[in-house]
Formats: sequence, C-alpha cells, structure tokens
Amino acid sequence: MSRPHWLDEPRHVRLLWRLFLVALALTVLAELTVILHPHFRIEALFGFHALYGFLACLAMIVVAKALGMLLKRSDRYYEADDE
Amino acid sequence: MNEWTVHPGWVLIVGALLLPWLRGSARSLAVLSIPAVALGCAWFLPDGALWQAQFLDYTIAPLVVDDLSRLFAIIFCLMALGGGLFALRQESRLEMPAAFVYAGSAVGVALAGDLVTVFVYWELMAIGSTLVLWSASTPRSYRASLRYLMIHLLGGVLLFAGIAGHVAQTGDAAFARLALDTPAHWLILSGFLINAGAPPLSAWLPDAYPEASWSGTVFLSAFTTKTAVYVLMRGFPGAELLVWVGLFMIFYGIIYALLENDMRRILAYSIVNQVGFMVTGIGIGTEMALNGAAAHAFTHIIYKALLLMSAGSVLYMTGRRKCSELGGLFHSMPVATICGTIGALAISSFPLTSGFVSKSMISQAAGDGHLLAVWMLLAAASAGVFLHAGIKFPWFVFFQKDSGLRPDDPPASMRCAMILFAFLCVALGVWPQPLYDLLPYPVHYVPYTAAHVVTQLQLLLFSGLAFFVMLPYLRRTLTITLDSDWLYRRVGPVLIGKLGGVLEALLAGAASAGERLRHVGKRALEHLHGTEGVLARTWATGSMAFGIMLMLLAFLLSYYLA
Repeated sequence: MSRPHWLDEPRHVRLLWRLFLVALALTVLAELTVILHPHFRIEALFGFHALYGFLACLAMIVVAKALGMLLKRSDRYYEADDE
Repeated sequence: MNEWTVHPGWVLIVGALLLPWLRGSARSLAVLSIPAVALGCAWFLPDGALWQAQFLDYTIAPLVVDDLSRLFAIIFCLMALGGGLFALRQESRLEMPAAFVYAGSAVGVALAGDLVTVFVYWELMAIGSTLVLWSASTPRSYRASLRYLMIHLLGGVLLFAGIAGHVAQTGDAAFARLALDTPAHWLILSGFLINAGAPPLSAWLPDAYPEASWSGTVFLSAFTTKTAVYVLMRGFPGAELLVWVGLFMIFYGIIYALLENDMRRILAYSIVNQVGFMVTGIGIGTEMALNGAAAHAFTHIIYKALLLMSAGSVLYMTGRRKCSELGGLFHSMPVATICGTIGALAISSFPLTSGFVSKSMISQAAGDGHLLAVWMLLAAASAGVFLHAGIKFPWFVFFQKDSGLRPDDPPASMRCAMILFAFLCVALGVWPQPLYDLLPYPVHYVPYTAAHVVTQLQLLLFSGLAFFVMLPYLRRTLTITLDSDWLYRRVGPVLIGKLGGVLEALLAGAASAGERLRHVGKRALEHLHGTEGVLARTWATGSMAFGIMLMLLAFLLSYYLA
C-alpha cells in the first residue's frame, strides 16, 4: 500500500470545505462588483443564480428519489431473463 | 467537379477495410494516419456540391459541403483519431475497422446533399455500431446489440418510409429544410429522433452503449446521436416541438443518471441529457441557437469521449464498472483522475472549459427570444448537469470512500488520448475563436463577460453545495432503474407468452370443436347413406309403384284444377 495521500487526512478535507465555503461566499459577493445584463426581471435579484442552482438541485434529487422508489429494481433484474 | 476532392468518409471506410490485413506497428501507424488523412480532407473541403450524379430520375449528391457539414465532418474525423489512439491496445480485431466504418458513414451523412445518400449511410452506421458492440464478445453485449439493432432498424424503416413519401410527393430527393406538414415528414422526423435518443425509445442508448468494450463505448458515444443532431439541424430547424422534446431529454438524463450505479450508464444517460440541449437549441431555431447547438455538438463529442476514456481506463485496469465497487482511485491513477475531472468540468460548462463557450449560446438564444420558461429550465438543467455528471461521476469513481483498489494509470496510448482530449477541452474554453470560425453563422457572442462568469460560477458552485449536503441521499445501491426498454424486455415477452397461451387454448378449443363436428357429421351421413341409411335402403317394387301412382294422381289433380 502506498503512503497516505494528503487528501486522506481529515484536517485537509476540513480545510478544503472551508475554502469551498469561502469560494461560495465570494461568488455571491462578486455580484456587487459586476454589472449584470438580465434578460428577465427574476435574474436581477441578488444572488438569484446561487439560490436557483441550489434549489433546482435539491428538487431534482427529491424527484429522482421519488421516481427511484417506483422504478428501482435489483441490478440482476434482467439477468433472470437472460439465463 | 473538382477532381482533387477526396471524400473523408470514404478514406475512413476504405481504411477500415485495409486494417484487418495489417499487424503490429504497421497497424498502429494505419490506425492513426487513416483518420488524420480524413481530418485533413475534411478540413480542406471547398464549399459547394462537389459530386453529383443522376440515379433513376433523381439527382444524387453524395458530397455537398457548407460550413455546417464541414464542422461535423471535422469533429467526426477528429473523434476517430482520438478514439483510434485510445483503442490502440484493443485486442478485438473487429472493433477498430467497425468503428472506422461507423465514423466514415457518420461523415457520409454529414456531407450528403440528398435523402437517398443520407439513408444509405444511416443504415451503414447502424451496421458499424452494432459490430462495435459485438466485438466486446460477451453474452451481455451480444444480447444488448440485438436490442440495439432492432431499435435502429425500426428507425431506418420509419426514415425510409418518410423519404419514399417525400420523394413521391415532391419528385425531389434533395435534403433541404422540411416542414412538418405531411405524414412523410413526420416519419422522417421520427426516424431522426430515434437516433437522437429522444423519448419514448431513449432507453436503447443507456441499454446498449455501456455493454461495449472499454474502448468501444468511446466510439459509440460520438457518432449516432450527433449525426441525428446534424440532420435535425439541417431538416427541422425552428420546429417548436423540438424545444419540448429536448427539455424532456435533458431532465430525463439528469434524473436517471442520479439514480444510476454503473459509471458508464451514468455517462450514457448524460449523453441523452447533452443531446437534449442541442435539440432544444435546434427547436429555438435562431442563428444564435443553431450556432450554439452546433458548437455544443462539437465540444460535447470531445468531453464526452474524454469522460468515457477515463471510465474506460478504470474498467480496463480494474475490470469493475459499478460506483459502489469503486472509489479512492485518485491515489494511483492521477492521469485518469485529472483528465476525467477536466471532462467533468467541461460538461458542466465551467469557465475556461469548452462547455462554457458552447452551451451558454443556447441559453443566450432562449433569453434573446424572451422564452422565460425555457431559459429557467435550461438554467436548472445546467445545475443538474454539474450534479449528475460534473461531480457525481468523478466523486464516486475517483474519490468518495477508499475502495482499497490501487490500479496504475492505463498504458501510454490511452494516457496520450486522454491528455490530447483534455487539452482540447481547455484550449477551446480558453480560446474559442477557432471553433466560432467553423460555425454555420457569423458569431456575435462574447462568452467571457464578468456577469456571465460570476452567474455561472454561482449556479455551479451552489449545485456542488447541494450535492455534498444531499450526499447521504445519493448513496449508491445495487440497483437499476426501469426505463422504456422494460416494455420490450419484460412486458413484450410476457404478453407474447400470454398471447401464446391464449392462442394455444383457442387452437385446442377449435380442434375439439372440429372433432365433435366431424363426429356429428359422420353420424348424420351414416343415418342417411349408411348400409341401413334412409337413402341407401332397398325399396320394395310395390312401394315404388305406389309412389309413382301418387305422383301421377297429384299431376292429374293439378291439371284438372288449373
């Protein structure tokens, strides 16, 4: 087994998380310094893209889970037919 | 006719037929030089109808070039080159020739000026791709290839019926813009849409592609669906139906990919998703949207091939394909990890990657057209792409919990192919002008504005946050998700089984009824004509004379009364 990678250490992972959160905050704050060219009124809301991206992903995961409850089968489902 | 023009598709097809006779380094050289020559031919094709001939009463034009067809011919040849490099170590001797025939016929469709030529190459493509699937030579891939072929032959039949109807009505075989006004044109559209992976038969794609070999899927990802995008762009630009078909494909791809465990099936669903963006762009139909769809097809072929190369490398080195059995591979496969991640960033349209400069043109077109609903759905979909392909794929394959596997990076030829395509993903993202110059319409679009970069980063990074917040709900399970192939893999056979039972019962019933009928008939016959039957009995002479006398009396009586 090779030597542990720096990503294997929990404190480095924590550091990455913090950097990620800082980056999130920066992208929202950056909106103060740029001139947006909104096509639609909703686009002009402060932090619209951040909120919309987050909520859209939550919604898609929830829909996928719900659909999964109906349509998920064992991955050997079709193999019984093949044998 | 310019006698110096060479059809780049024919270079690939003739080259493919030479490959089986070559061995060792001569073969490797041919594998790289055939698509390189074809790429050169495609690049330098002059505009115009270069080859034309009369066939029956129709003008057949197998080589007609404009900016759009040249763009697709170039990317198909480039893909054959990158795929050939990646597949140099493929032991199957069938796969590479099949893939080159497949690529060559895709180029043939892109350069076809009439519908007859389109149809011929269309079917050749179905044969080439089926052979690529066959060359994986596992029982699973064989069965998958038969299902794949069945769907594509159906698509071919629809297309042929449509073309025949169109030619009969108009007397013209030229491939130009078609209006959705006759059944023939609807048939052509449905033939095209089947190859694009559109509903309701989209399941053929995630069913078949992941069953090919580690290199076969790389070839398969590029040609069939993007040829369909090309013909839709040529035949049905601005057909509003396509906006909604495309949006359906986008979200279908995301939702199914989120539920999937097999790494290459995740990427297969994501092909449907990405083609959905292109189909939506074609449906919007403005110059900006069509440029966006064409540019997105170009960049998509490169980054999707790159993603499937990194997945193929993992499969080649570990023999595993399920996310639940992978993880932690970044320890020992740095090249595959970095290249796969670059592909994942490109598909998510991160700034400085190729997806950023192409996909955003489609959103821009929706905004310019004031299509609020379409624009909102496209923005949500961009977030969803990052979710299902941009993070999910690299996270579950290369990171997440450590599976303990420590495979090396793949051999040099595979690494080179990945590095080449990763370079192209970044280069096109940083310097999009060469791509914009190839597009069918003049480009009035600046991808790198501060507003665009900031809003795109917000959208993507907060999608990333959603992924990690919801990670417990995304744990991989050993499951598949039922799709429309269920209808012909499960319901169909069961129905036919049931129908067989019903038919058997009906036949048995009919047989016993027949038996009874025969019995009754025999009894009636015996009663009348048997040895003691009414009609076969011997009659006494006296009773016959009596009968005749009665008849004569009746005659006399009637004569007298009349």
